[in-house]
Amino acid sequence: MKHFVEKIIEFIIKGCGFISAVIVLLIVFFLFREGVLFINSSPLEDHHALFIHKDNSVNDLTETQIKNIFDKKITNWKELGAFDQKITLISADEIDELFTETQLGKNFEYLSVCVNHYMDTVPGTIAYFSEKHLSLTPGIKQISIQKISLWKFLSGKEWFPTAKPAAIMGTLPLLMGTLLVSLLAILIALPLGLAAAVYLAEIADERVRKILKPIIELLSGIPSVVYGFFGLVIIVPFIQSFFNLPVGETALAGSILLAIMALPTIITVSEDAIRTCPLAIKEASLALGASHWQTIFKVIIPYASSGITAAAILGIGRAVGETMAVLMVTGNAALLPTSLTQPVRTIPATIAAELGEAPFGGLHFKSLFALGCMLFLITLITNLMVERISKKSKLN
Amino acid sequence: MKSLLSFLMVVSLLFACGGGNQNNSNTNANSITLKGSDTVLPLGQKTSEAFMATNKDVSIAVVGGGSGTGVTALMDGNTDIAMSSRDLKSDEKLKFQEKQMNIEVITLAVDALAVVINPKNAVTKLTREQLEGIFTGSITNWKEVGGEDLSIVVYSRENSSGTYEFFKEHVMDKKNYASTVLNMPATGAIVQSIGQTPGAIGYIGLAYMTPEVKSIEVSYDQGATFVAPSMETAKNKSYPISRPLYYIYDVKKSEKVKAYIDFTLSEAGQKLVEEVGYIPLTKN
Repeated sequence: MKHFVEKIIEFIIKGCGFISAVIVLLIVFFLFREGVLFINSSPLEDHHALFIHKDNSVNDLTETQIKNIFDKKITNWKELGAFDQKITLISADEIDELFTETQLGKNFEYLSVCVNHYMDTVPGTIAYFSEKHLSLTPGIKQISIQKISLWKFLSGKEWFPTAKPAAIMGTLPLLMGTLLVSLLAILIALPLGLAAAVYLAEIADERVRKILKPIIELLSGIPSVVYGFFGLVIIVPFIQSFFNLPVGETALAGSILLAIMALPTIITVSEDAIRTCPLAIKEASLALGASHWQTIFKVIIPYASSGITAAAILGIGRAVGETMAVLMVTGNAALLPTSLTQPVRTIPATIAAELGEAPFGGLHFKSLFALGCMLFLITLITNLMVERISKKSKLN
Repeated sequence: MKSLLSFLMVVSLLFACGGGNQNNSNTNANSITLKGSDTVLPLGQKTSEAFMATNKDVSIAVVGGGSGTGVTALMDGNTDIAMSSRDLKSDEKLKFQEKQMNIEVITLAVDALAVVINPKNAVTKLTREQLEGIFTGSITNWKEVGGEDLSIVVYSRENSSGTYEFFKEHVMDKKNYASTVLNMPATGAIVQSIGQTPGAIGYIGLAYMTPEVKSIEVSYDQGATFVAPSMETAKNKSYPISRPLYYIYDVKKSEKVKAYIDFTLSEAGQKLVEEVGYIPLTKN
């Protein structure tokens, strides 16, 4: 009977391990399937296209050029190297302003005729329509638009995923923002956390430790929205007045907040690692005449190094992946960061802010999954790097 | 033996939970789904609660997700009523026509957007053109619009929000926001940030006005008349940055949804509109 029960329990445990591994792999697979599909799609809406007059010598446009045209920053075809003609914009949104209902027909059956005629009479027109609704006359041609390539996605400097007619999806500012904020956070949190861990494990007496440790652990139980609001109300105005900035929502505010949030993890994990150092080794070091400080720096910390690296990985993980708090204090302006006292937008904050209202399955939706893939790769690379470093230090 | 017993108990408990869920999924024949705009969401919730209190056999589920999501769901038949904070776009109309769906658009309330700044800022009024310049990034200092020498910090909603789109379309002449604009996840965060940033400007629903921010008068006729946002000016339509809120449904389902929509438009329903903070429809 006992044997049978043990078999069942073993089976269940094996099953749990297997299931969780499969779930993780499935999530990764799902993430990459959605994200990779996004590369090489057209920045325009499905079945939509831009049309111009045949006499126009422009054949292709980039997303940025399209944005500038529709923002009325480019107002003449001359600026794009074509004929001297003012640019007129028409799109499905405005047809009821240009044509009357009788012209269009009750069910828009004369739409093609109206638009074709309009484009013939106003040669500088650029029209944005669904291919389904517009049958072309020979006098009108379609502009070809480059597909979103991996390189463009990674190196583009502008993030306007909802821009009409062509979405602009450059993730360089988001990537740099994420790296800047989390790197600075870990630079603040790691030394601080390590010092606190050494203090708790080696220096503080038992009574202090018993009070301090639960308090620090309590920090990790606070929901991140609360941290975000704390940051918005306390840290942001402080940074604003301390550096005399026009705006307090900056990369620095995000880093400080993330550092506070990563501290409990770093302290708890590295303190546990430091406390596993066997008494015999410590005593041996002290017996050789090393002082307490020498023992800590030369014996205990190197002994605990793998645990400390684990703490660093967990801390970085928390910093890179944190969404809500960062969303509230960094300002979320998709600018290439040039200083710490500037608003930035991070990848997780972007996903959190936009996924809720991005139409399911659309281009914007897919681009957010591609961002998720990027985040996954960043975490993977840091993990590999840290593992490698900890291996090397062990060999020495 | 003991462990086996407890194991069996856990398993039976798990099954019991599963059974419970199945019972819940038993759907009511009189269930209505509302989906769409997060602006309309609190209104939809409040009115449907009141409606369900008097009509016990009807159950109404209200889901947010944005105006576009609601309209798409209506197109795909995934919702009975789409909540929208903007009118249907022509291409959406074209898509409905393609699917041969006859749809009805009902206005249920009006929402006004107040342009707000820090109370310390001396500026009291701006024209639409100036607002366009500020939000597209061509005006970056308050002294360009008659204020003191202070750089402008622009706050906006997230780029997938319906309010963001509405502001872009009706104030910024469909031009894109500058990339220096700070995007905040919620209206509460915008109010908080503008309250503590001297050079800040942003927009919020009239229902969210607090003393921490100051609303400004706007002009849509090149500065001839300036109008301050208030319930009054929004009601008499003199305040330009206001928008109707809509319910959109398929005519085929009108029998199912009619009673609820009639309730929303009734006096009791419009009272709830005012309670939530929107402007009720004036009787013609």
